[in-house]
Amino acid sequence: MTSVPYDEMQAADGKNRPHYRRYSDWLLSQPEDRLARKRAEADSLFHRVGITFAVYGEREGAERLIPFDIVPRILPAPEWDQLAAGLRQRVRALNAFLADVYHDQEILRSGRVPPEQILCNAQYRPEMQGIDVPGGIYAHIAGIDIVRAGDGRFHVLEDNLRVPSGVSYMLENRKMMMRLFPELFARHPVAPVEHYPDVLLDNLRSVAPVGVSDPVVALLTPGAHNSAYFEHAFLAQQMGIELVEGQDLYVREDAVYMRTTRGPVRVDVIYRRIDDDFLDPLAFRPDSMLGVPGLLSAYRAGRVTIANAIGTGIADDKSVYPYVPDMIRFYLGEEPLIDNVPTYVLRRPDDLAYTLAHLPELVVKEVHGAGGYGMLIGPAATQAQLDDFRARITAHPERYIAQPTLALSTCPTFVESGLAPRHIDLRPYVLSGREVTIVPGGLTRVALRKGSLVVNSSQGGGTKDTWVLET
Amino acid sequence: MLSRTADHLYWMSRWLERGESLARMLDAHYRHSLLPHTPDVLARDWTATLGSLGVLDGYLARYGEIEPGRAFNYLAFDRDHGSSIVSCLREARENARAVRGTITSEMWETLNATWLEIRAYDARRADVGDFLEWVKYRSHLSRGVTLGTMLRDEAFQFTRIGTFLERADATARMLLARAKPGVEINDDPAGTDHYAWTLLLRSLSAFEVYRKVYRDAVTPRRVTELFVLRDDVPRSLHRCINEVYVNLRAVGNDQSPETERRAGELHARFRFGRLEDLLARGYGAFLDDFLGHTRSLGHRISQDFLVPVT
Repeated sequence: MTSVPYDEMQAADGKNRPHYRRYSDWLLSQPEDRLARKRAEADSLFHRVGITFAVYGEREGAERLIPFDIVPRILPAPEWDQLAAGLRQRVRALNAFLADVYHDQEILRSGRVPPEQILCNAQYRPEMQGIDVPGGIYAHIAGIDIVRAGDGRFHVLEDNLRVPSGVSYMLENRKMMMRLFPELFARHPVAPVEHYPDVLLDNLRSVAPVGVSDPVVALLTPGAHNSAYFEHAFLAQQMGIELVEGQDLYVREDAVYMRTTRGPVRVDVIYRRIDDDFLDPLAFRPDSMLGVPGLLSAYRAGRVTIANAIGTGIADDKSVYPYVPDMIRFYLGEEPLIDNVPTYVLRRPDDLAYTLAHLPELVVKEVHGAGGYGMLIGPAATQAQLDDFRARITAHPERYIAQPTLALSTCPTFVESGLAPRHIDLRPYVLSGREVTIVPGGLTRVALRKGSLVVNSSQGGGTKDTWVLET
Repeated sequence: MLSRTADHLYWMSRWLERGESLARMLDAHYRHSLLPHTPDVLARDWTATLGSLGVLDGYLARYGEIEPGRAFNYLAFDRDHGSSIVSCLREARENARAVRGTITSEMWETLNATWLEIRAYDARRADVGDFLEWVKYRSHLSRGVTLGTMLRDEAFQFTRIGTFLERADATARMLLARAKPGVEINDDPAGTDHYAWTLLLRSLSAFEVYRKVYRDAVTPRRVTELFVLRDDVPRSLHRCINEVYVNLRAVGNDQSPETERRAGELHARFRFGRLEDLLARGYGAFLDDFLGHTRSLGHRISQDFLVPVT
């Protein structure tokens, strides 16, 4: 991997890449003040529509916008097709892995994945052992984080198989771009994404318990104070399903009901946006106010489908990530179409020694962390931070993995000084039901601070519209 | 529909209506205060207004004495006072946010924009008249977007129940402010109190309506008849209870027949009653009794359909 970042718009010779030419001609023809006006318009629209997220740790009710950048991230059709094939392959393998782990555990017996890595992991849910789920699908909705390295190749940075979020921004960003710059869509054959909620609903209905002909689907949210509440409400509305909180549901004789103004109504499929730990106070955390007592028992009895299934965290844990290419070979008999980022597993002595010797060059991640909090970016770290992580790694090497610092590709982005390159990643959403479907594109996140590689919205990242060109 | 959803819709519309009603009361009060008055009279009027809203004790506990500027701020901009206009609009918006997937996006955007604007409002520089006009205008807008965009289903019916139960309560309270002991509900052109009765008409947006209906001088009896008995006046008690009854019937479930019956019984009094009979025990007593009925209906609706208050 080279350290010079790949520029999504400009090739090394300074010329624009072919799929960006029409856009950049248009951009050059735009008066500066028009773009500034459009950016302000986007901000005020997002505020008015209330497309905001709550920030953890700030005073209750604090709502912020995720900054939206008006320069789209464009992918040409051939590149997208290859990427999509790789994503489908990966998610099929991950679902096969989950079915295997919770049934016969062949992959553990074959020695490809060390059994203690799985069975001693807090993300492994013994409650799921031996339970058959409809269609054998565990991760109905997967958000796979993709980065492009200096040589222009895509890599999977991380799999999100629990409750991946962000898809509402993919949809709202497109709506916003079409509202601000309709003329661009006349010039570019941009593949539509608006049908995502239809595909999702269709998938959720297809995994209803056996024998249910007209399944009732509900979206389970932790409530209006959750950081992703906007997305929960948005998806429920777009799919025309009820947005429920734990208090709206109850279980009687292993069936789940919601309390309505006309009495109880049976629920067949729950699209949950609550972590496993909070789903059922009788089975998991007893202090959870968000869940539904008895839900696990109804689930185990096959009377309700939960999407994503309980226990998918075992497949997206960072300690399991290094084994995904082997899963693809083991279950599908294929070579991975998209590579992992090379990863040092610090429970291996050699990898640990290398990491400790090269800490300032590496990115170190905690294996159960999420959201960019428990992470060290070597090149950007202070001596104190390096020392801190060195001590933590030495004490518990099994809790960490390390990767080379990737030169994430850059895309031109509007910042205070004007147009400048900023690092980006991509999260496509892979839906599994009767078949595996991907809406073209995904959510492009951008690190707005110069040089920053952290794209998480909780850490000052923004988003862009993502265009897959059909021709 | 989820009981919790119905609860949010019901309260969303109650808070919205309450905000508007407060603006109407303050508007009446403000216009009245523009007449030449001694400070004593001004203080007495504020005491009456705070009292009819049931917040006099809360105000006095906070400030100790009646001072017009403070009283206005308390009712309009005080974020710590749960029934100020700013609090009403915040509560309406929070309830709407909880069901933003059930209401139309136009409704949500309207309520959210109202909240964003009032949050940015500089109370110190506010022109009282302009501010109250703005509150009413935003309320008209919310109502319009509700009527213009919402599917006529259960969700709509619960917003209607909330709106009209709250409005019934507000109209009764505004009438109560005029129902001082000894007030004569007769057909004498309203003599010394002429201005006050006219003001009541204006603050309930019914002055032109009155002229159209009666083509005659303003008398206490006619004003009372207009706001109590006429089914075609949008803010009258009869109209409000009619709407509550009709919408309750539409959402009725296994638990609700008794609530429906009570609403129907109350409605029948306005539909078939005579003003003289209704007021036989005194105007004030009639209104107090009516407020007791709306309170009890509200409680029963929560028990039958919504998230019961525990």
